[in-house]
Amino acid sequence: MNDARTRILSRLRAAPPSAVPDLPEWDPPVYEQAARLARFRTMFEAMKAEVHDVDAATWPQRLRTLLDNRGVRALLHGDGSPVATQLAAAWSGDENAPELVAYDRVVEDFKEELVHRIDAGITWASAGIAETGSVVLWPTAREPRLMSLLPPIHIALVDESTIHDTLADLMAAQGWALRMPTNVVVVSGPSKTADIEQTLAFGVHGPKELIVLVIRKAASAG
Amino acid sequence: MSAELKTAAHVTNHGNGHVTVTNFAGRAHVALNDKPLRANFRRAMDGLMAKRAAQFPDAGDLAKLRARGAAIKERALARLPELLEQLEARCTENGIKVHWAETTGEANRIVLDIFQGHGVRTVVKGKSMVSEEMHLNAFLGEHGIEAVESDLGEYIIQLAGEMPSHIVMPCIHKNKMQIGQLFAEHIEGQRYTEDVDELTAAARRVMRARFAEADAGISGVNFAVAETGTLVLVENEGNGRMSTTLPPLHVAVMGIEKLVETMADIPPLLALLPRSATGQPITTYVNMITSPRKPGEKDGPQEIHLVLLDNGRTRVYADLELRETLRCIRCGACMNHCPVYARVGGHTYDAVYPGPIGKILTPQIAGLDVAEDLPHASSLCNACVEVCPVKIPIADILVRLRRESVRPSASQAVKGGGSGWTLSEASAWTGWKWLNAHPLLYRMGTGVLSALGHLIPPSMPPLKAWTSVRTKPKFAAQTLHQLARDKGFDDE
Repeated sequence: MNDARTRILSRLRAAPPSAVPDLPEWDPPVYEQAARLARFRTMFEAMKAEVHDVDAATWPQRLRTLLDNRGVRALLHGDGSPVATQLAAAWSGDENAPELVAYDRVVEDFKEELVHRIDAGITWASAGIAETGSVVLWPTAREPRLMSLLPPIHIALVDESTIHDTLADLMAAQGWALRMPTNVVVVSGPSKTADIEQTLAFGVHGPKELIVLVIRKAASAG
Repeated sequence: MSAELKTAAHVTNHGNGHVTVTNFAGRAHVALNDKPLRANFRRAMDGLMAKRAAQFPDAGDLAKLRARGAAIKERALARLPELLEQLEARCTENGIKVHWAETTGEANRIVLDIFQGHGVRTVVKGKSMVSEEMHLNAFLGEHGIEAVESDLGEYIIQLAGEMPSHIVMPCIHKNKMQIGQLFAEHIEGQRYTEDVDELTAAARRVMRARFAEADAGISGVNFAVAETGTLVLVENEGNGRMSTTLPPLHVAVMGIEKLVETMADIPPLLALLPRSATGQPITTYVNMITSPRKPGEKDGPQEIHLVLLDNGRTRVYADLELRETLRCIRCGACMNHCPVYARVGGHTYDAVYPGPIGKILTPQIAGLDVAEDLPHASSLCNACVEVCPVKIPIADILVRLRRESVRPSASQAVKGGGSGWTLSEASAWTGWKWLNAHPLLYRMGTGVLSALGHLIPPSMPPLKAWTSVRTKPKFAAQTLHQLARDKGFDDE
């Protein structure tokens, strides 16, 4: 195998050199404050995701209604995450609330339940992107990767102040190049396919539904 | 080995027709008479062209973006050897094991060794054109390892035992009746239906169980970032995330040209790829993988391997003009806009990569002796060049390959150069040249043809191929030279 490496690299080095061109400018879009959230919402809704304005204190109640309407019985959350703490406090004592399930084991011990039993998963999104209508998931030991993939419904909580204009803008602002984690996923809607006659169908492998809760500043929450 | 990019011509399967012809023209003839096939492609291509156009409303913005995209890939290619070493170093630091393969045979062997070392029996696959290039599924199958395609389109053609007919939408040649039939035959308990949601739900049911029990996942790579050692994968279905997250072992395969320098190169390429490919502003998922599961993390594969495949790319790289082919980001816009592809469909090319990019890539990788007719399967209308997000001069390279097929370049940059040379064609051109260089003979020749040309029967050999699908041209009573003289133009 090392021989293959040596031969490939030596063939490439033996090839005639070509100039390294400068990168010409391009113009990723820039949005006004008011237009940014509107764009975020419009783009998500065009991809059949739901976007709801919530406030930092009362979103668990709002979520309760949304999940009840869908008959959700088991909600997966991060283990000991702030989201989990807030949910537990808001729903405690409520017998009819969906069961709260913590992702507190390694996947090998949790696979059956994850693949077949859980109805919905809720994760924190580290940022939003207005241009494409996207949330950025930066999974951690507390909020693992499969939470946003296996359950049929995925709920992403995103703080309005973290919504950037574009991915380019976000990567530069947060210095991604120096701190890439195990995995980052940019999510722009529910799982979908158009492989059969270019007809859109949702939930082919991942979530059928994506619900984005945008935490607005207290005054502007609706 | 040179035939790796091509299937055996006699097994080409158009889904509802049985084809046993061995050349492009013959297969094209069959495809052109296949009404359902043509309807399936026409509908799909019209939709894709309209959706792409809607994504790029501003020509100025698009021009800037394409210039950026082309420059990103040009820079990466110019620095390819050092960037490959950088990628290997970063990946290794991050815990990803890197392997190098000169041939598809070597790459298959590497993947098999990894799997056998881990006792792998079943594998789920995300969509990967390089794995098609390797014919990896068949190879693993021969060694008792079952590889299941998880992308819906790939799953469908795997059930049908076919090859992809498009690099982005592999089962674009099939309609829902054909797919409904296939599912009813192959999926237990599934009744015949043309309902797309029900078909999709059936695939979800089957694949869920596959994902849960798979010992390993295989994926391709859309972009590999040398700066960070990150593998970027784009997809809509979530099967790619599944294949790279749920099983304990992940093997990624990529061509050595899939590299970019920095993370900052990713946003402009993402602004080009999905919009050019399917007319989407972005794919549902952009999945960036930088390391296997770290201590304390609860999911993700414990081991990731990256296989870097050459398979003729270094030979293409050695020629500065042909090297531009390696900028390709596999969006498929060239085939979506190709008047030839839209009419004959992907299987007619009988190659892993169909359409315009395939017409230049296949002869370069597999050799002109194997794919001599592909560079000729074009009207040189330039539509592919106009839409290519990284500005590959496809038409120029087609012409170059046509030339090399009869007269190889001194550098032998293309394997099998000269294989298209025939005595009859060479003699015809020699005669043509000679006739044009001798004015008296030229005048006599054209004079004879205008007087007696109409007496030549249409079934005479050089005319026969032309007149089989066209009426025989009429020779004008006067030559152009005579007409010009009559109008009072002086000779010369």
